[in-house]
Formats: sequence, C-alpha cells, structure tokens
Amino acid sequence: MRLIHDGASGPTALKPAPATAGAATTAGAAGAAAAGAAVRRTARVRRRATHRSVRDHILHALPCLAALLTAALIGFLIIYILVMGIPHISPDLFSITYNSVNVSLMPALINTVLMTLLALAFAVPIGLGGAIFLAEYARRGNRLVGLIRIAADTLAGVPSIVYGLFGLLFFVTMLGWRMSLLAGACTLAIMILPLIISTAEEALRAVPDAWREGSFGLGAGRLRTVGRILLPSALPGILAGVILGIGRIVGESAALIYTAGTATSLPTSLFDSTRTLSVHMYVLASEGLHLEKTYATAVVLLLLVLLINTASVVLARRLSRKVRNV
Amino acid sequence: MSEPAPPVLEKQRVRQVNLMSFVEQAVQVAEIAETLQVAETLQAVEALQVAETAETVQVAEIADATEIAKAAETVVSAKLHTENLDLFYGNFQALHKVNLAIPPLSITAFIGPSGCGKTTLLKTFNRMNDLVEGCRIEGDVLLDGDEIYGNMDVNHLRKRVGMVFQKPNPFPMSVYDNIAFGPRTHGIRRKGDLDEIVERSLRDAALFDELKDRLRHNALGLSGGQQQRLCIARALAAGPEVLLMDEPTSALDPASTAHIEELAIKLAERYTIVIVTHNMQQAARISDRTAFFLLGEIVECDTTAKIFSKPGDSRTEDYIRGRFG
Amino acid sequence: MQKSAGALRERLAFIAFATAATLCVVAVLLICAFLLINGLPTLLREGPFAFIGNTTWQPATDTYGIFSMVVGSLYVTAGALVLGVPLGLLTAIYLSRFAKARTKRLLQPAVELLAGIPSVVYGFFGLVVIVPLIRQLFKVQGMGILAASIVLGIMILPTIIAVSKAALDAVPSSYYEGALALGASHERCVFSIIVPAALSGVVASVILGVGRAIGETMAVVMVVGNQVRMPVGIFEGVRTMTANIVLEMGYAADLHRQALIATALVLLIFILVINLLFSLLRKKARG
Repeated sequence: MRLIHDGASGPTALKPAPATAGAATTAGAAGAAAAGAAVRRTARVRRRATHRSVRDHILHALPCLAALLTAALIGFLIIYILVMGIPHISPDLFSITYNSVNVSLMPALINTVLMTLLALAFAVPIGLGGAIFLAEYARRGNRLVGLIRIAADTLAGVPSIVYGLFGLLFFVTMLGWRMSLLAGACTLAIMILPLIISTAEEALRAVPDAWREGSFGLGAGRLRTVGRILLPSALPGILAGVILGIGRIVGESAALIYTAGTATSLPTSLFDSTRTLSVHMYVLASEGLHLEKTYATAVVLLLLVLLINTASVVLARRLSRKVRNV
Repeated sequence: MSEPAPPVLEKQRVRQVNLMSFVEQAVQVAEIAETLQVAETLQAVEALQVAETAETVQVAEIADATEIAKAAETVVSAKLHTENLDLFYGNFQALHKVNLAIPPLSITAFIGPSGCGKTTLLKTFNRMNDLVEGCRIEGDVLLDGDEIYGNMDVNHLRKRVGMVFQKPNPFPMSVYDNIAFGPRTHGIRRKGDLDEIVERSLRDAALFDELKDRLRHNALGLSGGQQQRLCIARALAAGPEVLLMDEPTSALDPASTAHIEELAIKLAERYTIVIVTHNMQQAARISDRTAFFLLGEIVECDTTAKIFSKPGDSRTEDYIRGRFG
Repeated sequence: MQKSAGALRERLAFIAFATAATLCVVAVLLICAFLLINGLPTLLREGPFAFIGNTTWQPATDTYGIFSMVVGSLYVTAGALVLGVPLGLLTAIYLSRFAKARTKRLLQPAVELLAGIPSVVYGFFGLVVIVPLIRQLFKVQGMGILAASIVLGIMILPTIIAVSKAALDAVPSSYYEGALALGASHERCVFSIIVPAALSGVVASVILGVGRAIGETMAVVMVVGNQVRMPVGIFEGVRTMTANIVLEMGYAADLHRQALIATALVLLIFILVINLLFSLLRKKARG
C-alpha cells in the first residue's frame, strides 16, 4: 500500500525513480556526479525521504543508535581507564621488588612473561602438531578427527574457572607441583590449545593445494612438504593464533588464582608460586586499598593486551593479503 | 594454425628415425626370443611371452613386422607400460582396462574430451593419485619393467618421474630455492653442486639468461610463462627420467606456449615425455605418438602421423575431424 | 637404506602429530574425569536433585545446595542477554548493512578490541563506574544483579556482534536484491528478509554469548555482591556458581571442597549442553 502511495505522490517529472527511498539515496549519491542537477536532485531525494514511513525511520535509526552506543561504550571504557590511570603511573610502580608501599607491578609483569613463554612452550608444539595432523595427515571421515574436533570445541567452551579447578586438582594436588609457575603454565597451555589448533589448522588449509602437489611431484615426502612448504607459507596465520593465545594468557586470572597462586615475589624455580599481572590486578581491585595504583595497573594491563591483539590482527591481515595475491 | 618451424620438423624426423630403430630392435628381440625358448632366466621367461605373442600373431596370419614389434615392445623396452589397468574413485571407474606402452625418449600425447581419464592416467605414473581419497587401482603400471604400485618408494618414484602441472605452481620462495628444492629433497646439500644443478636446469629450460640476475628474487614475481618454465626447470633439477606434463600450456599465452613446445621437443632427446593436451594441434606439432581417450578407455594409440592421417577407429576420426572442422 | 630411513622418519612424524592431536581428547577426558571423580561423591551423597534444588549452602553445617547460585547465574546471564543481545544484534546489523566503509573500518577493530580486554579490567570498570552509578541513581548499595548484567552485557557484545555479523554477511545478495526489486525499502529488506534469513546464525551468537556469560568469573565476582540467597531484586546481590568456586576454593577442605567441585561439574554440564546446542545449530545452518 505504502509503495503505491509513494509512487503516486512523487512528482511525475522526477527521473525514473528508484522504487525506494533507501535505494534512492544511493542512486542519488552515485548520480550526483552530474553536477548541475545535483543540488536539485538531492533536495528532491530528501523530500521523497520524508515520504518514508515512520516505521522505516525507526528501523533506520535503531541500528545507527545501537552502533553509536556500542562505540560510545568502548570509547568510554578505554578512555576512562586511561584518563584515571595514566596520571598515577610512577617509577616506583615499576620497582623490581614489590612491597605494600610501592605496590610495584614489575614482578607480576616479569611473571606474566615467564608464564606466557612456559605455557607457549607446551601449547604451541602440541597445538601445531595437532593442527598438522588434522590438516595434512588425517583422512576425511577418520574417527579420530571427529573426536578431536568435538574435544577441541568442548575445550574452547569450558570456562576458565573450570580450567583453574582442574589445574588445582591435577597439577597442584595430584602431581604435587603445589601452586606454581609450572602448574599455572600447564593449565593455561590446555586452555589455549583449541585456539592454537583451530587457527593453525585454518592457516594450513589456506595454503594452495598446488604447492602441495608441486612438492610431492618432486619426490618430497609429507614431512618435508609440511616443514619446507606448508609451515613457512602458513606462518603468519599460525603466529596470529599464537599471539591471540598470548593475549588470552595475559588477560587470564580465574584459571591462575588456584594454580599459580598469588605470591608477589619473583619465582626462583618452576615450583614457586607467582602472580601474573591480571591476578595482581584482581588482588589489588578486590583489596581496594590502592585505588590509584590499581588504575595505573589497569592501564598497563589494558595497553599490553591491546598491543598484543593488534599485532595479531595485523598479522592475520597480512596473511589474507598474501593468499589473495597468489 | 601456423606451420611448424623447420628445425622442429628436422628434430621430429630424427626422432622418427630413432623410433624406427626402436621398432627394429623389438623385432630382433622377438626373433631372439624364439631361439631362446629353453633358457630359464627371468628375461627368457619374458622373451617366451614375447615369442608366444609373436606366435599367436603369426597364427593370426598377420605378417606385419611392426605388429609383432608392438607386442614385443610392451614387454621389453617400453619406459612406461600399463597392463589391464582399472582405476576407481570410490565407486566410479575412471579408467577401463588400459593397455599402453610408452617408448623411451619420445613424446607421447594424450588427447580426448574433458573428463575422459587422460590426467588420471598421467597421475598414475607418479602416483599423484595417492593423494585422492578413495582411489583404487587394479592391474599393472610398470616403469622400466618395475611395478610402480609395488613396493617402490613413492618419493624415489616421483624423483624419477617428474611432473609439470596445469597451472604454474612455483613455491613462495626464491627462484634458486625453487629449483634447489628437488635436489635438496634428495640429499644434495653442497652449495657448489646445487649451484651447478640450478644453472644446468635453468639452461635446459631456456630460462637461464632471463633469470640469472634474479635468482634470489621471489618466484611469484615472474610472468606466467616464466613460472611454467621455472616449474619445468624445477622438475628437471630433481633428475628425472620421465617428464609428465598435465596441460602445461593451458594457462599460458600463445608466445609462452610456443616456448614450452620448443622446449618439450628439445627435452625429448634426453627425457621420456608424456603430455596431456586439449589442443590437438599441439599434439600434432610436438608428439611422436598419440593416445586417444574416450570415457576412461584408450580408443587407440599409434604414431601421431597415423592417428591424424588415417586413424583406425571411427571415433578417433570423428573427434579429430570434429575438432579440425 | 635411504628409503627405510625416510620411511621411518615419516612414520615417527605421523605418530608425533597424531599424539599431539590426541592430547586434546585426553585433556577433555582428564578434565571430565577429575571433576567427576572429585565432585560426584558429594552429588550422590546429597542426591543430585537435592544438591541442585536445595537453596541452603552452609559449609559450617555441611549442608550444600546450590539452587540459589544456579538461579543467580541464570538471572545474571538473562540480564546480560537482555542488555547485550539487542545492542549487539543491532550493531551487527548496522555494521553489516548500514555502515559506510569508513565507519566500518573504525568500529570493527574497536569491537575486536573489546574482545581482548581482560575480565579483571571489566570487573574493575564495573566496580569503579557502574556500581557507583547505580548507587547514585537508585539509592541502593549498587553491587548486584543489575551491575553484573551490565558488565556481562558489555563483555558478550563482541561475541554477539562478530557471530551475528558473519551470519548477516553470509546472506546471499540475491535475497536482498529480490526484495528491493519488489519495491521494499532498504530498511524493510534488512529487517524482514536478511535478519530472518540469518536467524540461525543470530541464535548461535546468542548461545555463544550465554556460554561466555554463564562461565565468566572474575568480572562477576567483583560486582555481583556474592550473597548466598535467592534473588530478591535486580539491585540486590546474589552469588553465581562461578563466584562460589572462586570465593571458597581457597580455604575449602574435604566435603566442602567436593561440593565446590560438584558446583563446577554442574557448571560444566550447563556449558556442554550449550556447546551441543551451538554445534547442532551450526550444523543445521550448514545443512
């Protein structure tokens, strides 16, 4: 009904009008190149736009408002933390030892690096090996493949507190590692395993089959093909996944509280309890004693994670560009 | 279509002569085989079969020596040889009872409509079909008389039987590393040796002068024709005896195609070449023998001259006429 | 000789890769096994229905019922959905069908950033911004279901937006063009053709969001109040299953500890059901 009304009310002199106001806007924008008529046409389009139903207006406004609100939320969250935190970043926040006066985040930062490296040392070889198996060795319909997919999907959905509890039961208690760097790293390794596997598998699958054929055709075995042709080509994608994994490790707290503990000093062995920056942040925030330092710590943590995630995005873009060019 | 260049004709003639001597040899073998009926060596058993073939042929009163020779060549001196080869993809039978002998140091062209099994047969010669799931083979495929699908090492087989693909597929690395990939795979590590192989392969592929200053550049930056010749050089560097070419010029412009064709004719002096082509003029221009495929069967296989002048089967004739208009 | 060495290496590589892949399955089995072994005794001693259905959680008297916490988790999750799904879905629609290229280039990375922010930072933000805001606006204590729902609502935004947008982008352009050719306006096309066509993807995004919200721990602990009781209002505090584990695991022993593990077991079952729904839906969307 509305459409008929639209058509009838439009001035007949109007160019063969696109049937809808929405399309008219685009068509109008495109046609605006014809300079002379541009102004008049825009005016007409606008007038036509007033003929859009109220319902169309609402439907147009809703997504725009939602996007605006989302953008505002993101902006506010990040800017608020930065504004509140940056003035309180001081040198003593980075002293090498922690005490309750300087509330230094340095030990936690170093621990985060150690924890990350250790967790990656477990997760990357296993995850990469698993991905190579899924992408290059397993035949379709292999029962193990189905099982591994289900397992990886399940692992990906398990909440981090459940990982923490498992780490507590298995590594800390049963293997007797106490709350330690090692127990925390192993727990985190399991947590990021599905991420590493799925990104690495995707990156391997993105390598053109022609290169596989070329390599096999020259008499290279599967292992050599994987090592010399596939892994180098898939490297950016694999790295993007690893960096995403680093982001998760750095941001993780629930899985670590009961596996790596909350000790503030630097570890002297793999079996010493440590706190990472996120756990440190949690402890500070829930103690509520050093609000300013907490803001400053939040800034450091936020920037660290943002940096890591940006690196991942950039790498992934580079990969997709490379694949497109071939 | 343009006339083949005179040097090409000359080379073809030389190789025609080679082939004739090959046929003569086979006839001799057949004759010797008759005299060796009591010998008990392995060769003798083969020769016996040859003799039997020859006898049955004689019984059939076909006196033509080349016919006997054809039977003999299948057993004794073919480079590649298939016997009652059936190939299945799952439940689909892609090849039916293929019997084919490919003489050494020649170019054999596979022609026929799309999906008739040309590429499939080509890929059985270096077992690239192994990569296809559900691919099953019955019958024999022999390289120099050895069972390809027996306990031959696949990687070694693929070193001996090189392949050039439909689309150029250089690896995303330098020109040098692309060519050195094969030799390195097969255990050559010394820089001096590799340098030599790379240069020789590039020269063989008539690419050295174009690329000698760009050996360290990424191979993906080359033109399509150069990429394909690089792939040929890469295959040569592995040290093959046979070169399989799967429509190597289908993705190239006419000038690059001419380049590759010349190259193929030159390489046939040292390598056995099997080429799949959609382009019948190409088959006529460069090949010594042509096999015509239809629906997974070889309708006929004979010298290119015969296939294109007086084919033995009406289907071959229809196909060739149809194409030539 | 060379052949056998090469074959051996290939064989070893295959075994190594297969083992790596299998470890994934082993990890899942271990997690399930450990939670079952440690949690099941309590669950059976109390009776699974009593454990889940009982509202009294009193470690001092060895009485363990997590009903109030199950309900707490559900309330908070529902609240997060009420706030996060409309906002996320509409933002996804905007990004997929309304945004200009430039806006898209700015907003999309921003949403991705949101996904990377650690939950403690969200929790802290909730603690210093949202809780005081609620306190001032409604003259209440502040920590409670509403605060947690807002924080979780923001946290699930990136999931909802990314998955919904992918589904919206995947709708064939012929649908849109077909509707346009019938004279429908752009807005009408989007809302009555494209969104319904992408419905299974949108539902999948909501399910994923539920999974994230129900499993979230640290951010919730910091703003939800953590009182063990049935919800009495959106401004009042409750305790979620995840919060229960984090708060008491530090000092729990024996039966108390087992009860906490059983809580995790219940949580895991919730998650597994959600995963199952998600993968069924994804399969349906593909088929």
